[in-house]
Amino acid sequence: MPLIETTGLRKEFTVRRKAGRFRRRRHAVAAVDGIDLAVERGEMLGYIGPNGAGKSTTLKMLTGVLSPSGGEARVCGLRPVAQRTRLARRIGVVFGQRSQLWWDLPLRESFRLLRYVYRVPSAEHAARLAECRRLLDLDEFLDTPVRQLSLGQRMRGEITAALLHGPEVLFLDEPTIGLDVVSKQAVRSFLADLGAAGDTTLVLTTHDLADIEKLCRRLVVIDHGRVVHDGSLAELHARYDSRRRVVVDLDAPWDGTPVPAGATVETVAADGFRVTFGLAGGTAGDLVAALAGTGSLRDVSVLEPDIEEVVARLYAEPA
Amino acid sequence: MADRPTTAAAYRALLGAQLRAQTQYRFSFALDTAASALITLLDVVSVLVLFRVTPALAGFSFTDSLLIAGLANAAFQLCDMCVGNIDTMREYIRTGRFDAVLLRPLRVLPQLVFGDFSPRRIGRAAQALVVLVVALSLADVTWTPARTVLVVIAPLSGAVIFGAVFVAGSTTAFWFVESGEFANAFTYGGRDFTIYPVGIYPGWFRAVFAYSLGFAFVAYFPGLALLGRPDPLGTPGFLPWCSPLVAVLAATAAALVWRVGVRHYRSTGS
Amino acid sequence: MGTVSTVLSPPALRTGMALAGAGFRRWATYRQAMLAGAFTNTVFGFLRTSVMLAVAAGAGGVAAGYRGPQLATYVWVGQGLLAVVQLWGWTELSDRVRTGDVQSDLLRPVHPVLSYLAADLGRAAFALCSRFVLPMVVGLIAFDLYLPHRPATYPLFLLSMLFATVVSFGVRYLVNLTAFWLLDIRGVIMAWLLCSNALTGMYFPIAFLPGWAQAVLWYATPFPSILQAPVDVVVERGTAGHQATVLAVQGCWAAVMLAAAVVVQRRAERRLVVQGG
Repeated sequence: MPLIETTGLRKEFTVRRKAGRFRRRRHAVAAVDGIDLAVERGEMLGYIGPNGAGKSTTLKMLTGVLSPSGGEARVCGLRPVAQRTRLARRIGVVFGQRSQLWWDLPLRESFRLLRYVYRVPSAEHAARLAECRRLLDLDEFLDTPVRQLSLGQRMRGEITAALLHGPEVLFLDEPTIGLDVVSKQAVRSFLADLGAAGDTTLVLTTHDLADIEKLCRRLVVIDHGRVVHDGSLAELHARYDSRRRVVVDLDAPWDGTPVPAGATVETVAADGFRVTFGLAGGTAGDLVAALAGTGSLRDVSVLEPDIEEVVARLYAEPA
Repeated sequence: MADRPTTAAAYRALLGAQLRAQTQYRFSFALDTAASALITLLDVVSVLVLFRVTPALAGFSFTDSLLIAGLANAAFQLCDMCVGNIDTMREYIRTGRFDAVLLRPLRVLPQLVFGDFSPRRIGRAAQALVVLVVALSLADVTWTPARTVLVVIAPLSGAVIFGAVFVAGSTTAFWFVESGEFANAFTYGGRDFTIYPVGIYPGWFRAVFAYSLGFAFVAYFPGLALLGRPDPLGTPGFLPWCSPLVAVLAATAAALVWRVGVRHYRSTGS
Repeated sequence: MGTVSTVLSPPALRTGMALAGAGFRRWATYRQAMLAGAFTNTVFGFLRTSVMLAVAAGAGGVAAGYRGPQLATYVWVGQGLLAVVQLWGWTELSDRVRTGDVQSDLLRPVHPVLSYLAADLGRAAFALCSRFVLPMVVGLIAFDLYLPHRPATYPLFLLSMLFATVVSFGVRYLVNLTAFWLLDIRGVIMAWLLCSNALTGMYFPIAFLPGWAQAVLWYATPFPSILQAPVDVVVERGTAGHQATVLAVQGCWAAVMLAAAVVVQRRAERRLVVQGG
């Protein structure tokens, strides 16, 4: 059975819009509009989409914060809202903008308290804390009150706090937002290692494309509350026709040598000396071999597909 | 797993954290404690001040009024000690901090109560009990076994009634995030209402607060029973003994409203 | 930063008007909260009027110089004024101190006291149009309120409300400024809550207190100037001369509180520089 399973998950909000000077009409807006999702244990799932697509709303329904307006959700075999406290022990949550730490107390105190809140045996707690301290470099600010921590330090604290009870799933809502480059990398590589270890299932929302490339083996893209893509990054590229490009410089203007299957000619420079090929299938090697036969090949460079472009294109498309 | 902490330990830890967080700022903490102790006395002080300019309120003398005010104050402070900071819930909801509350493996109500508890509340409740004892000693009470039981039960039932109003009132924030002070009309309004004999309020207003919301059962009816006075408004003589029943009804209603409310929570912001 | 003269220069006043307008519009967006507040004020209006009328009845019609309708007006005007002078719940400045956002206030070319005062006056203007009016209408329908007999009382009442708002702003600003030293101002807020409840005329008219206490409160503290003063002006307590005295006392306190805010602000800024933020 999947660790996380939703069928037709929906959340509607009623909003009042101005209609005339004083009157306001109520509209039902579906923030999440029928999402079917199955996540197996040990997956690293990137849940992405433009602002307002329904990412956070989904996460809140999966963690028991919001009750769905329709459909079903199961996380660790539990119903998130009805069995909220039982579920809370088995999941960890990091919401980038909302702290679960005690603002006025040193970080160490928050960790100690969480042991009680989650009822973690002290040996387990100590072992996990020691590991996080080492991997996330917490020691220098462990005794600083949370309110005085930098954003990067606080985020490392938040992630630790979410892991101290050994959750089966870790939900992260924009874990790297607003962090500096160094903190971003620290958080990212920590999460990558955590996911690679395979004991913890990761579900994260992010706008950061480096996060997606490094952390998400599977991508679920949603827009207007619906899933528009579910698959690997490579499949996303394939689907949205984002191809690797091979840029070739020749000694003479290109003579139109037949190209192997899977490659297409994208552009030819005005003087004909530089040609860009798109690679939908096949390898760059086949293409280069074919061109090398003409004897005028001078230089070759391969451009990796640009995820930023793919995602931008994806967001721009109407759902 | 002998050293897995219990749920009680979890609440104790929350309470301790709250105390440490507050006592970090020593001056602020001391001032807070002193001022809040004085504020607690304000209701009783205002009865004293009013009786400087009038000899009676709706036919009740100073000592009778003081007894009613003392009962009301004791009930309110007992309630405030236990669930008063549920008030902060609307702030939690407005700022989205309520998410963090829901994400912990503890029940919401006790988390709010222990997570934001302030020790001065115990002091306030104790202070209110002292005031009640003073009021009882000044008032003309002929003690019987029944009245002795009543004097213990009345503040407790009153506290439950107030608590029910606090809990139900706080749920308005689930529906209207900016509901602001709306609930105060019934919580703090209820406190003000109960301090004085209900005869001073105009008819329909009295019907709503005294009988529909049950506030007459907090201090007025128990006060009448202790003083052995019939109600000048002519209500039946058994009503003063019904406070515990009203408290149970109020608590049940509040629990229902709360359950519906939590389901209605729409977490704001991102 | 600025002295009182730069605070009051014409361009600064224009800026102030713009800030006040922004304050007005900002508060106008919180319709739900406004209605909830007005509702609560109305309920408290009923509660307190009932008590005051019972007091007047018990005292044989006149309590400490107030007749029943005057006491009813005292209650309803007082409930309406609560939102205009905003006795409670303003922690914007101290929150900004705590989070460090206050530094951006200091970067603006407007003196912080002026910019916060202007915004507060804008807020008060909105409260006057909404949260003052709504309970007053209910009070007028439900009770026999005292309405001023002397036409001059109306403009004097407006002036008195302006002074009251400025005095209240000054106290609140100083309360918030303590955050520079204390970080956690819960204690100071609680002390202010005590004073605002007991000493402004909120819980009972100041005139119900012994004579010496009245004198101390009126002249040695700013508290009666915040609530009791406008109420006494509008119910025409005493002669026209008494009205003028009340306004003069309020005017003095408004000036004193603003000056204090400017002085303490300067010291707070120095502290910020020393701490490095």
